Amino acid sequence: MTTTSTLPATDDRRPRDDRPLLAVSGLTVRFRLPDAVVHAVTDLHLTIRPGELLAVVGESGCGKSVLAHALLGLLPANATVTGSALLHPGGAGAGALDLLACGHRQLARQVRGRAVGLVPQSPATSLTPVRTGRRLLVETLRAHGHSRAAAPAAADRLAADVGLDPADLDRYPHELSGGMAQRLATALALAPDPPLLLADEPTTGLDRPLVDHTLDLLRRRCDAGAAVLLITHDLAAAERVADTVAVMYASRVVEHAPAGALFTAPTHPYSAALLDALPQRAFRPVPGHPPMLTDLPAGCAFAARCARATDACQVQPEVTAAGVGRLACHHPLDQAQVAAGAPA
Amino acid sequence: MTARGLAACQVSASYDRQRVLDGVDLHIAPGETVGLRGPSGSGKSTLARLLALLHAPDAGHVSVDGTPVTGIRHQVPVAVRTRVAILFQSPRAATDPRLSLADVIAEPLRAVGTPEERVQARTAELAAAVGLTADLLTRRPHAVSDGQLQRACLARSLVHEPGYLLCDEATAMLDASTQAHVAAVVKDYQRRHDAGVLVISHDAALLGRWADRVVGLP
Repeated sequence: MTTTSTLPATDDRRPRDDRPLLAVSGLTVRFRLPDAVVHAVTDLHLTIRPGELLAVVGESGCGKSVLAHALLGLLPANATVTGSALLHPGGAGAGALDLLACGHRQLARQVRGRAVGLVPQSPATSLTPVRTGRRLLVETLRAHGHSRAAAPAAADRLAADVGLDPADLDRYPHELSGGMAQRLATALALAPDPPLLLADEPTTGLDRPLVDHTLDLLRRRCDAGAAVLLITHDLAAAERVADTVAVMYASRVVEHAPAGALFTAPTHPYSAALLDALPQRAFRPVPGHPPMLTDLPAGCAFAARCARATDACQVQPEVTAAGVGRLACHHPLDQAQVAAGAPA
Repeated sequence: MTARGLAACQVSASYDRQRVLDGVDLHIAPGETVGLRGPSGSGKSTLARLLALLHAPDAGHVSVDGTPVTGIRHQVPVAVRTRVAILFQSPRAATDPRLSLADVIAEPLRAVGTPEERVQARTAELAAAVGLTADLLTRRPHAVSDGQLQRACLARSLVHEPGYLLCDEATAMLDASTQAHVAAVVKDYQRRHDAGVLVISHDAALLGRWADRVVGLP
């Protein structure tokens, strides 16, 4: 608790070495469809510091993955992106890079893989099918400064790190199981040693021991000084490794707090309802259904499913500092009351 | 042999020469929820596929309500094979991308020549039971989330009112709320039809909460 109490909401008082590696400000993503506009991400503010593991959680279709793709300029042509995402890769001396303003050339040469690594959601579609795992890994290592002589040994080491038998590197992607392909994709993302790693559902399709292995690998990455943005629907995963958790609902971050505080005393009614759905807790689904991102209400998007909603919820709640985190709600839960009522 | 229940009796199965099940017994009684766990590659999914009559065992047999089954799905009388339904982990791999969600749900009914009027009524009824709204039913799989698609697959698995439902990691890729919702729909169906349910999962917390008893494969 001593660490959380030293986290005031004002950024400008932080010491210089604690400044964010990535500062996302007002990120908004819209997709134009023939007959509708998808509100995928709305006015999103997030910061992530070196050594921090930030988990973005939420129900499927809330816009989590779009966030990762927006940061890497991987959105389709019908997307419009506004806001800024300032990356400070080289430490205090280097200038900031706005990921949202970069051209494709700059993204390809300086950002993707180098400054920002991506562990993709679906490795089967992100691995080159005509090359073995070893060739993919050695090629990546060579492109990032390993010598011809050193790369093969480094490839074996990386494979072992992610829990892949180095002998399996000689297989082609179609000869790998889903879990092995996921581990290979993770190794490829880690190879250039990027200061920021985006992990988009990195544990999909893995069984529990491998899930834990992958999460611990990300955690160790953070402990070595990198920052990790973990996008996941798996709350148990977030609870295991995250320092901070941002809960997304219907394109917005509704609560952002240190992991300990969020899991013991959530203040947004949606965060509380989502945690109650866990089998370890009430195993009760969030009532109702999430709204369509093409047809969001003007006010709080959770109001229709929320027992605490009143007329005030017809107006979009502002994101404000609340306790140790940030919150967007007109009727937040009393933390003390939630903690007292939480199941053991 | 009039014992009710879905049973695997001393079943063995292998892929190429790799044996994954060796003389395994499992019995699921009506109204009962059995949890099945074991490490990756221990044969959990293979056992589910044997019970779903999708594979024939190398040795041993599967029996449905006391009737030993020989052969696989299409060789088994409709009245027997529709007693058992299976729900898979990945709804994307288990649906035809060309069909609307309504057609995904209705397909097993049309396959046995159900009158179209009855198909429509039953599809609407099941869609409501799993929480799919009418506007989602006209969409195809690429335009819905995994959670919405898995709900459609759940509705599809229930169209013939199976006596036994096998859930093979069916909620592993779903968020907590959708997982709890799918489990609630299955439990509600089970209560009303006295159905036997097999839940395969790596998640000990989920099995502890959902299953009446948990069986492990080595």
